[in-house]
Amino acid sequence: MNIHEYQAKKLFTDYGIPVPVGYPAFHAKEAVQQAAILGGSAWMVKAQVHAGGRGKAGGVKTAHSLEEVSSLAQKLIGTRLITHQTDTQGQPVNCVLIEQTTAIKSEIYLSLLIDRSRQQIAVIASSAGGMDIEEVATKTPEKIITRTIDPTVGLSEYQCREIAFALGLDSNQRKQLTTMLFGLYRLFLEQDLSLVEINPLIIATDGNLLALDAKINLDDNALYRHSNWSSLYDPSQEDEKEHRARQFDLNYIALDGYIACMVNGAGLAMATMDVIKLYGGQPANFLDVGGGTTAEKVTEAFKIIVSDQQVKAILVNIFGGIVRCDLIAQGVIHAIKETGTPLPVVVRLEGTNVETGKQLLMDSGLTVIPADNLDDAAKKAVQAVRG
Amino acid sequence: MSVLIDASTKVICQGFTGKQGTFHSEQALAYGTKLVGGVTPGRGGQQHLGLPIFDTVRQAVETTGASATMIYVPAPFAADAILEAADGGITVIACITEGIPILDMLKVKTALRDHYPQVRLIGPNCPGIITPGACKIGIMPGFIHQAGKVGIVSRSGTLTYEAVKQTTDNGLGQSTCIGIGGDPIPGMNFVDCLELFQQDPATAGIVMVGEIGGAAEEAAAAYIKAKVTKPVVAYIAGATAPPGKRMGHAGAIIAGGKGTAAAKLAALEAAGVAIAHSPTEIGQRMLECLL
Repeated sequence: MNIHEYQAKKLFTDYGIPVPVGYPAFHAKEAVQQAAILGGSAWMVKAQVHAGGRGKAGGVKTAHSLEEVSSLAQKLIGTRLITHQTDTQGQPVNCVLIEQTTAIKSEIYLSLLIDRSRQQIAVIASSAGGMDIEEVATKTPEKIITRTIDPTVGLSEYQCREIAFALGLDSNQRKQLTTMLFGLYRLFLEQDLSLVEINPLIIATDGNLLALDAKINLDDNALYRHSNWSSLYDPSQEDEKEHRARQFDLNYIALDGYIACMVNGAGLAMATMDVIKLYGGQPANFLDVGGGTTAEKVTEAFKIIVSDQQVKAILVNIFGGIVRCDLIAQGVIHAIKETGTPLPVVVRLEGTNVETGKQLLMDSGLTVIPADNLDDAAKKAVQAVRG
Repeated sequence: MSVLIDASTKVICQGFTGKQGTFHSEQALAYGTKLVGGVTPGRGGQQHLGLPIFDTVRQAVETTGASATMIYVPAPFAADAILEAADGGITVIACITEGIPILDMLKVKTALRDHYPQVRLIGPNCPGIITPGACKIGIMPGFIHQAGKVGIVSRSGTLTYEAVKQTTDNGLGQSTCIGIGGDPIPGMNFVDCLELFQQDPATAGIVMVGEIGGAAEEAAAAYIKAKVTKPVVAYIAGATAPPGKRMGHAGAIIAGGKGTAAAKLAALEAAGVAIAHSPTEIGQRMLECLL
């Protein structure tokens, strides 16, 4: 789960990591009030969306008067921000963060994340802050410093010093970075993060370190032990269909294509998308109905995929292990009848009770297109769209 | 022959009396697995499915001599269950449970590395392990399997079943199938399983089913190039997955431009692995390799 910059900065403050003073505002009038409380003569107005690349997309601006704060907030709130990380629709801006401005001497990159290969938490730092870190890693890998943390030992001061020296920090900044890293590590463990990223972490003209940006990903699996997370969840940043699917415990991800698919198992669901593409079609979604799916879930899943106006055909691909094919067939029949969808439906069933399932579909009176295997199903779905 | 488990393997179930544990214990018994009991704290001394219930794994191991366990306990308690199994003397742990917090798994992995190096953890978030006709530990449908000569290792449940059914249909059969699971911090990885299959005389060829996310397939490619002499067929799911989105499995995500299907396929192809471009081709590719 992603959270907004202003929410991440609140967590930073709780863990002693310095951030610019600032407040969120949900409408222009509130933005002006927040700016007035902050005082000064210039303010940052930052669009709060779950996507990077906001600056280049016009989502981060400096205002030099309260009038300008108002007009910038007005311009951003209620619109959608399209960045290189969003889809073509962009993400809705419902909130802006109003902050004090800061004079920057230099910019650093700093993050803590789960290093899957080493199976430890890694600290990644770079003197090339404020830039796309993936680009830095590709073009100038020598500018990236990585240290991993053994869970039984924890973060060590020498690791912080090594990073600080590599970044060329002075003695005072080294101490600040050490304090900051210990705070970030504690935050990571206590709040079950999978990523915390500060880009840029700046050295201000007064020589002090300050987290100018803040990105946090929470580990969804740890939701049960964090009652505070429900207040951090912003459904507006999610695709509406993805949000609905989540409520029915379905794994759905919207894509740009026109052949919808409904599959059991995440790997098979990805494979189904890939094979649709292999035969010249474009998948409209990823949808995993889960191993122990029911007829009810199949119906809900169907409703979600037919609500996508782009969809021109539906491919159902079920390998019944635990779940019985006859139950899936009943669910599909019920779903087609309930939604009244005129779209062609290609069904591939395999596994437990497959013959009964196929028979049910044949006897249903519905024009379901049966398929023998995944390749056959994809070919037939592509064919059905071409007519 | 097979890897990790065979007809003589004594198995217990943690979360024995729960809904999942009960159902899959019944299935395992019906398949012929030597299930010798289960663990549900507080119900020690009672019986379930005609088998003894124990309060702790240690008691179960001391009484039954079990060496393997299947874990169906809910995610908040699963990491603890894995540690209890390792400390109680179990050497093959199949953790089926999905949704274990990643920081819990980091702790578990570190503990296994430091204190229980002999333990083989399969999963979590996986279908388990099966040696066809001998021992089934997990949620896979037993009837699609057939004893034979292909070793299968996979990050995905239902995609494994595709590979299994095809190698059953074309007569090759399977030596052992290991579902290593879809989590970012798994127990055994591809390399661990490839090593076992390479050593196993019953395994003639290996199918590996990977997916986007992480670098386990790239590590496998390097290992295959250096150490594996048996033919390997690979399928990688997620060529069309958009970056930055978790595709159902917690570990199936292209992050920071890394973990793409294209990069994995290129690495495997360079290591001499036969690539299946659709899961439907897996069985045929393996057959061609073993001709």
